Amino acid sequence: MVRRIDRDQQRFDKIIKGKVRQQLRKYINHGEMIGRKGRETVSIPVPNIEIPHFQHGEKGSGGVGQGEGEVGQPIGRGKGDGDGPGQAGNERGQHIREVELTLEELADMLGEALELPRIEPKGEDALTSKKDRYTSIRPTGPDSLRHFKRTYKRALRRMIATNNYDPQDPFIVPTKDDERFRSWKTVTEPHTNAAVIYMMDVSGSMTDVQKEIVRTEAFWIDTWLKRQYDGIERRYIVHDAVAHEVDEDTFYRIRESGGTRISSAYRAADHIIKRDFPPSLWNIYCFQFSDGDNWGEDNSDCIENLKQNLFPICNLFCYGQVRSPYGSGDFIKELRKVEEEFGNLILSEIDDKEAIYGSIKTFLGTGK
Amino acid sequence: MVVTTYRPLPKELSDIQQEMEQHARDYGLDFFKTIFEVLDYEELSMFAAYGGFPVRYPHWRFGAQYDELMKGYSYGLQKIYEMVINTDPCYAYLLSANDITDQKLVIAHVYGHCDFFKNNAWFSQTNRKMLDQMANHATRMNRHIDNFGYEVVETFIDTCLSLESLIDPYAPHIRRTQKTETKEETKKRTDEESESTGGRFPAKYYMDRYINPEEVLEEEASQKRQKARELSDQLKFPKERMRDVLYFLIQYAPLEDWQRDVLTIIRDEACYFAPQGQTKIMNEGWASFWHSTIMTRHGLTDEGLINYADHHSGTMATSPNRLNPYKLGIELLKDIEERWNKGQFGPEYENCTDMYQKEHWDQDLGLGREKIFEVRRIHNDITFIDTFLTPEFCYKQKMFSFAFNDSNKTYEIQSREFQQIKQQLLNSLSNHGRPVIYVQDANYKNRGELYLEHEYLGVELKLDYAQDTLANLHSIWKRPVNIETVVDDRPTILSYDGKKHSTNSKEKK
Repeated sequence: MVRRIDRDQQRFDKIIKGKVRQQLRKYINHGEMIGRKGRETVSIPVPNIEIPHFQHGEKGSGGVGQGEGEVGQPIGRGKGDGDGPGQAGNERGQHIREVELTLEELADMLGEALELPRIEPKGEDALTSKKDRYTSIRPTGPDSLRHFKRTYKRALRRMIATNNYDPQDPFIVPTKDDERFRSWKTVTEPHTNAAVIYMMDVSGSMTDVQKEIVRTEAFWIDTWLKRQYDGIERRYIVHDAVAHEVDEDTFYRIRESGGTRISSAYRAADHIIKRDFPPSLWNIYCFQFSDGDNWGEDNSDCIENLKQNLFPICNLFCYGQVRSPYGSGDFIKELRKVEEEFGNLILSEIDDKEAIYGSIKTFLGTGK
Repeated sequence: MVVTTYRPLPKELSDIQQEMEQHARDYGLDFFKTIFEVLDYEELSMFAAYGGFPVRYPHWRFGAQYDELMKGYSYGLQKIYEMVINTDPCYAYLLSANDITDQKLVIAHVYGHCDFFKNNAWFSQTNRKMLDQMANHATRMNRHIDNFGYEVVETFIDTCLSLESLIDPYAPHIRRTQKTETKEETKKRTDEESESTGGRFPAKYYMDRYINPEEVLEEEASQKRQKARELSDQLKFPKERMRDVLYFLIQYAPLEDWQRDVLTIIRDEACYFAPQGQTKIMNEGWASFWHSTIMTRHGLTDEGLINYADHHSGTMATSPNRLNPYKLGIELLKDIEERWNKGQFGPEYENCTDMYQKEHWDQDLGLGREKIFEVRRIHNDITFIDTFLTPEFCYKQKMFSFAFNDSNKTYEIQSREFQQIKQQLLNSLSNHGRPVIYVQDANYKNRGELYLEHEYLGVELKLDYAQDTLANLHSIWKRPVNIETVVDDRPTILSYDGKKHSTNSKEKK
């Protein structure tokens, strides 16, 4: 029995996949649902089709909110009050409440949404490690592992059952039989580690919009890789004409100006890998974001550097070229020339926020 | 195929339902008979996607909505607890997975909505048999699909949906279209016109001054000019600008019969849902007011307390960039009740300058309950906020207005001044936050072009959307279409002639 809604959903699915009604394609937006993980908000891709209406733009718009804050304090780039897209005007009396979500679940959703393959760690004999996991309960054990709650509950049950419990004077005395202890199991787990090196061009032509794109993309890449590996180490490099290793926070906030010399970043990456991550033990990932506007004479230096140092040891070397208001450079063309030769070089052009999902799929769709 | 979801309420729920219904009646709530159904999440999502109605015409957007609801639920992001639709009898759907305290809360909440649907003036003109009407729409739509093909009809529905919001939400309450003249009236009018001959009487030159006094002639001349102006106004079409663009298109656009029918269906359904948009804050506030009153005074048991508190506070949560209608509604209703209980209204209170006295003003009138019942009868969100929002309330609720800062593309807190907050709130509520658009001229440039006017209130249109919408409008009107609006602070006319878009700044008159 096919329900009406299934038929409508299948139709929607066909449109989204571009099998019918091609002219609607441009209205497909990769809407997002906002989830929260601790203080971090994350978004889950939900494709939808937004039929155009006469509607207000952002300029001159505003709204009313509630809460603390000084005049002039920014409260976000999101939509103001009013309604989410497309739903205006036909709301029913519905209760909707937000619930928390773990990063693992998020990663799985991403994997599902983008049909990402699971990563196969490199090397046949990946390292294994033994881990103790406290998963069960037993009647004997050291006091330090005594499970207070269970012990208490058993004592309480016994006291009530033997009619020794007086609610007016709720004294619980556990005996030896009541005691319960946590117990562990030793499991061997394949132990794989990943090192991720993010490189970003912070030359004058990269604006906040580009950095936002990089940040979003890096977040999702992080989430996915974390799901695939036990331990993940991250290093951040920013560069204009020279490269610096920075911490995560600086990486996203820094704003510099000046020229671009991409080879400097490669040298820094190589240095970090040699110092911290011996390639035999680590799965190494490099993600580089730039608007591709490199110093012309530096290009050959870059390629040489990649071939010599990075390509041989990386699981993946991903280069994402972000389009900036000053146009897109041609560094990607240089890389295209050697793309055939090296299977672990992945290239992607990210024109705007919409393109992030596609780009993540390109980067991680290889399953390496 | 109709999938029936009807099953009788289990005993423990029907007991709760009867208890809650009795409490609601005791408090004076007045509602249509309410039928409860318990659904699993899939079914509830299906109903929610269809706007609460089990039978709708086929369209992908319902599927999209369903997909989103199911995703949100399975990823643990959101959950619908209940849904209720405005019909007689009212239908309310409960989620089977709710725990018993949630069910109690939700049932009490539902009775609040039902009371509101029945008694609020803005719902008075809605079709209470919409369940049947929606099913009829589906039948009609399916017939068109059988006759003309799925894709053809779907494409046309999409075009209509693009214009869906261009209705006149006040139309059901005010008769705007004039009745056509009856024969007698026409005769009477033409008789009157022929009687007033006017002009100069024949007279000898020395008598002329007396027989044809100058001021009378002058007056007659001006009347004539007036008539001529009226006549030219009659040539203008429509005579007055028209808010209900969809109605206008149904009347005058060169559509085929089935297309006209589809457009009528879209408009009817948009009109049906319009009052729910107009009263979101009040409706949710009212329902929340009653669930909290009934639950805290009667419904709560010891073991349900935590659950209830958790659920209620989750519903009332506020965030800086989104106003929670549940929260605003319930707090404002409570505030009104308190003020009318204490007599904090009227000129005497308003003009009192002693802040201490004002704060401790209590005449012990006890009019609060009566007042909020009156408020729920006559107000919509706009008049509600306009009448009852006070500086003290804004301060207590930590309200602020925010605005888009074009230079760094973020929203920023703009002000905590009462006047600004109120202004901003009313602005964003007016026409449900959508631009107000009129048909100004359907014979623009005397070439049968359609000329719309966007009533600019400080927020510009989203340009790319406006152009795409114009293209859709063109496919219905079939002659060039124009809209007057403001782009980059300049009055501008956006046009589409079927081939290309053009943007012309409006020359000053």
